[in-house]
Amino acid sequence: MTLLNAWTVILLGAFCGVLPAQAQFRVEISGVGITQIPIAMANFRGEDRAPQKISQIIAADLERSGQFRSTPADAVIDEVSRPDFGPIRQKPADALLTGSVARMADGRFDVRFRLWDAVKGQDLGGQSYVVVPTDLRLVSHRIADQVYEKLTGDKGIFSTRIAYITKQGPKHFLWVADADGENPQAALSSQEPIISPSWSPSGNELAYVSFESRKPVVYIHDIASGKRRVLANFKGSNSAPAWSADGKTLAITLSRDGGSQLFLIDAKGGEPKRLTQSSGIDTEPVFTADGSAIYFVSDRGGSPQIYRIPAMGGPVQRVTFAGTYNISPSVSPDGRWLAYVSRMGNAYKLHVMDMVNDKTWPLTDTNADERPTFAPNGRLIMYSTQSQGKEALMTTTLDGKIRARLAGQVSNMREPHWGPFLNP
Amino acid sequence: MKKILSTLGLVLLLSACASGVKLNDVPVEDKSGAKVSVAPDPVLPAPMTAAPNPNEAKSAVVPVDTTSAANLSAGPGGNVSKVVFFDYDSYVVKADFQSTIDAHAQFLKANPRAKVSLEGHTDERGGREYNLALGQKRADAVRQSLSLLGVSESQIESVSFGKEKPAAQGADESAFAKNRRAEFFYR
Repeated sequence: MTLLNAWTVILLGAFCGVLPAQAQFRVEISGVGITQIPIAMANFRGEDRAPQKISQIIAADLERSGQFRSTPADAVIDEVSRPDFGPIRQKPADALLTGSVARMADGRFDVRFRLWDAVKGQDLGGQSYVVVPTDLRLVSHRIADQVYEKLTGDKGIFSTRIAYITKQGPKHFLWVADADGENPQAALSSQEPIISPSWSPSGNELAYVSFESRKPVVYIHDIASGKRRVLANFKGSNSAPAWSADGKTLAITLSRDGGSQLFLIDAKGGEPKRLTQSSGIDTEPVFTADGSAIYFVSDRGGSPQIYRIPAMGGPVQRVTFAGTYNISPSVSPDGRWLAYVSRMGNAYKLHVMDMVNDKTWPLTDTNADERPTFAPNGRLIMYSTQSQGKEALMTTTLDGKIRARLAGQVSNMREPHWGPFLNP
Repeated sequence: MKKILSTLGLVLLLSACASGVKLNDVPVEDKSGAKVSVAPDPVLPAPMTAAPNPNEAKSAVVPVDTTSAANLSAGPGGNVSKVVFFDYDSYVVKADFQSTIDAHAQFLKANPRAKVSLEGHTDERGGREYNLALGQKRADAVRQSLSLLGVSESQIESVSFGKEKPAAQGADESAFAKNRRAEFFYR
């Protein structure tokens, strides 16, 4: 277990690091006493001639998690070599990742890796993948997931996907991208706004709100085929779609009966069933992962606060009490953590609540945080914020100590939603 | 051109009525949405258009009075404003705008076939979905004012754009004040 005797980084104050060449992202580390596993990354044999720098993508993934500190092994070491662990331990590093990339005659690539416990000099296993060139990033993320799971015991989220919205001039785009923000693919473009993308539990569909018919209408969009259908286009506004854990039902906000109220609707469409009854605003529903409850925002107490209601309806329980503006709830998959945005003075800041110990803390030093969304393993939160006048997507650890800005070729990235684990 | 579009709009509207099924209730599979593409700068899909309902009788003829259709989509003429502004954190129609509301109510009552969308908006502060709900409150406030003046609910739809369509750019109070509004949009 030497490997898990993680190394402790002591950093005084805050520092901003920019990775050299091919930087995938920018990581900010703040605070002291951050526990991280130091891992040495060998250059994969053959990766200089591959379209993607596999080892750098893996290193960036692991660092963004906040649980690793990567250091170059300063050598090309492939998965069949027996490494010399002396210099690796000196770095210091507890683990070493080695591998190779080879182009095959049919144009595909054979990617292999092997993970080592550098302290014990023990082989922790490896794997090989044969993929088309466009899947080299995906394979890199899969390897990062394996390393992460082997060394932390938690499932990795690097091969998952995210959805977000951009505005470029008059055009609005819905994007699907890798969890690191790279490899974005447009699912929809429109002259009118798009908001609130929400992944189905299968990861095959996105529900969202589009204003293309001059009012908010909820659509469900199959990502692979590009086919979509209207889920809710009732009189008034239709918004805030959220999927139940089994993917059969969505909670939505409708104004058709007056006010903005929560309804449940079958994913195939049909007649919605009213869930909440208040004279004001009830919106932003989100199901717990076990499907038993829905968190939502309501101004029934005079100011917007987060409440909880059984998913089948029933007594409503208030969850947030501090402050006069708490919105955009997101619940961790284990149900323990609640991320939300709280207004403090003129600033809108991402907060997280430990619902077991009833403690809350702010996570950022920015002032216009929006729409938190948990990674499927619950270890990171993604959100949008304003940085130097531009909207950007960030991830943060739950202690707020490791924050990373996602890659993106465009400004005005907003409305992130983190997709589920996908079966390889 | 506008006249032709209005006419077309009315034909679609009337043919929808003739079918006995509200367009709103028909599940639409729209083929014009962009497919997933790997292009970093994708081509825009064709703008959304109302597709003819294949279930409708193709031989139906609906008479259309083009003169009144054009007038209906123009709303009340003269100097009648189509915007109502709201105070910060307020969803109450101010007395200053009562004459505007009155003029629209008169027009709608005189033209029972006229239909108006009341579009609520907010300033840029805060979350998108919550602002959508706040904009809805503004649109609903104007709808209730019209209702009190005897306008039929069937002529009015109140919707919200939240903070998505600001009238003025900027992060200062003068921009915020221009964005806290409800607009009349005649269909």
